[in-house]
Amino acid sequence: MRLTLKIWRQENASAQGALQTYDLDGISADMSFLEMLDVLNEKLQGEGQEPVAFDHDCREGICGTCSLMINGEAHGPEVTTTCQLHMRSFNDGDTITIEPWRADAFPVVRDLIVDRSAFDRIIQSGGFISANTGSAPEANSVPAPRDKAMRAFNVATCIGCGACVAACPNGSASLFMGAKITHLGELPQGQPERYSRVVDMVAQHDHEGFGGCTNIGECASACPKEIPLDVISQLNKDLRDAMRMGL
Amino acid sequence: MAVSGLIFIGFVLTHMYGNLKAFAGEESFNEYAHHLRTIGEPMLPESGLLWVIRLVLIVSLVVHVSSALILARRAGAARTVKYAVKKNKHSSISSRTMRWGGLTILVFLVWHLLNFTIVKVNPSGGETDNPYQLMVDTFDLWWMTLIYLAAMAALALHLHHGTFSAMQTLGWTNSAAARTRARTAGWVLAIVIAGGFSLVPIFVLLGVID
Repeated sequence: MRLTLKIWRQENASAQGALQTYDLDGISADMSFLEMLDVLNEKLQGEGQEPVAFDHDCREGICGTCSLMINGEAHGPEVTTTCQLHMRSFNDGDTITIEPWRADAFPVVRDLIVDRSAFDRIIQSGGFISANTGSAPEANSVPAPRDKAMRAFNVATCIGCGACVAACPNGSASLFMGAKITHLGELPQGQPERYSRVVDMVAQHDHEGFGGCTNIGECASACPKEIPLDVISQLNKDLRDAMRMGL
Repeated sequence: MAVSGLIFIGFVLTHMYGNLKAFAGEESFNEYAHHLRTIGEPMLPESGLLWVIRLVLIVSLVVHVSSALILARRAGAARTVKYAVKKNKHSSISSRTMRWGGLTILVFLVWHLLNFTIVKVNPSGGETDNPYQLMVDTFDLWWMTLIYLAAMAALALHLHHGTFSAMQTLGWTNSAAARTRARTAGWVLAIVIAGGFSLVPIFVLLGVID
């Protein structure tokens, strides 16, 4: 395959960035998107140019490190992470525009890498449960109804990649927050902090400079883990209950 | 935003029902318009309930518009560097036109109140004290009907997403089934309300109501 790549290049957080065009030939349809970028970087290094910086880690779709806005779609055209996206989803001769996640709460570190530590701070503000360390307790001593456990497991698949923020026209992280709040709030272990959790996480979210949710739904369609929109409703319900309790 | 929106849904639903009185003829329509001012008499003063409703609507409007401004400002600040390429994958047009659509409805609202309530502007220069005749004179002009129909299209889009969004914001859509129901409610309210409102100007223009 022969491709024309338009890639966002930015020296560092304070530098002015711009899209640069690269021609790349000899790409196999069986390569992953990141392997295609590896080929580009080898070529750039061979020519004495700076390689394109991008985030990646497990390359098996479970860590949430890779990102990339590909032709205006978070993680590209398939419902999966960029590392699990393959070049067969593109055609020979395509022009592919690659940009970093755009959100002021996710500042660009370099090229396509953004700083997502705002998510870590949201988790620190409330996305945890209090449990004693030491030997694990007997699992059956805390019963969890099956439907609630299933819902918790389904939304616990959130890998915190930030695609929801990247796709949201408002730059909101409500899907991410909703996933954590639903996941912990459905299980017995999450109950003690349930209502302070939602209040603290929303406060931290707003403090980080993410936008407000207007329920457009781009987040859920961009999510590589298919987190449904009802987690945002759950977030709002828990927030309403917390406000009623005077939290 | 959601609560003031639901108040507006209740209002436009009642307003639309009242407008359909136009099909019952001049006497019935004017009687209804007059009755709005005398509801609750003699317990309430004249136009008493009307002013209570107006006050609730004015407060709702202030809340609704200021929430919209805050959300718009936050969205602007959340992404100052725009994408060179951005696709919208599965969101509805109505959800992405809430701000401009809302502004359209607001501008229309100013004209609508001047037209029928505050100044009672009769664009054909006819009488203004007879609500039924004022309405017929207005919609006999094709371009007035067009303005009203355009406003109803904006209202339909706003209701389509607004109904769903309000339920979502109030935390009533915690399952896939509830979400589908909320989306259906958006469709039904948009069609019933905007469609119901549109019937009167269309039938005036066609000469059925005169």
